[in-house]
Amino acid sequence: MSVPAVSVGDELENRPVTLTRADLVRYAGASGDLNPIHWNERTATAVGLPGVIAHGMLTMALAAQFVADWAGDPAAVRSFSTRFTRPVVVPDDDAGATVILGATVKAVDDDGSVTLGVTAVGPDGKAVLGKAVAVVRGR
Amino acid sequence: MPLDASFVGRTWPARTYRVGAEKVREFARAVGATDAVHTDVEAARVAGHADVVAPPTFPVVFTWEATREVVDDPALGLDFTRVVHRDQSFELHRPVVAGDVLTTVVTVAEIKELAGNDVVTFRCDVTDPDGVAVLVSTATLVGRAGADA
Repeated sequence: MSVPAVSVGDELENRPVTLTRADLVRYAGASGDLNPIHWNERTATAVGLPGVIAHGMLTMALAAQFVADWAGDPAAVRSFSTRFTRPVVVPDDDAGATVILGATVKAVDDDGSVTLGVTAVGPDGKAVLGKAVAVVRGR
Repeated sequence: MPLDASFVGRTWPARTYRVGAEKVREFARAVGATDAVHTDVEAARVAGHADVVAPPTFPVVFTWEATREVVDDPALGLDFTRVVHRDQSFELHRPVVAGDVLTTVVTVAEIKELAGNDVVTFRCDVTDPDGVAVLVSTATLVGRAGADA
């Protein structure tokens, strides 16, 4: 397994990821973040949200997975940092909400490690992650 | 009300977490991590790992729990019902695997006030039983100003 050969400016192929309420409930259980704004419409709207929203950490996890899959090594992600810029509202239907993940190569180091600027665009076409940067280990 | 800046640099008692294989499998399924190293011990060993490998953001499971304890410390004065998670980062010195016994120490790294909101950055230093650094997690939370602010 090795990180694909890339140059600064290269763009990774986008990946759409769809989230339904069931995905949010499953992540809530797996992560231990049981905040009802991620599964209960009544609570979400009571605190001023437009509806139930995905965990920012779930979006980050999916983006990290996108990077690890690209690297071809599940243990290649050395660092990942991001800002949660806007919520992903997940409707109570089977279609859910689709987030488009993407990345651009920002740096390639002598040791082969690659720095990626990661993007995640929500259903309304606006970025849900900001300043998202991942570094993957080279081989 | 602004938070007390004297909390910057303060640490809380260490918490220890044992990484379980079933928790790693459950988390991997929840984030779409389908590679066999996350679920199959043999596949993980073939890839050079001691046990099933946790996905990169798995440490949130125990670092958030440790941070939440600090957030809830009345002395800090942050109202959790008004808290928004703004930034998160993980610096992984090595992958986390099942069987790891990890100790987390939470530190208040920075306190700021932005437009009347409290902005607090928590740093979690995670080490193994030999004291070797495994990862650093940082989370910036914003305590939104109340109506009376």
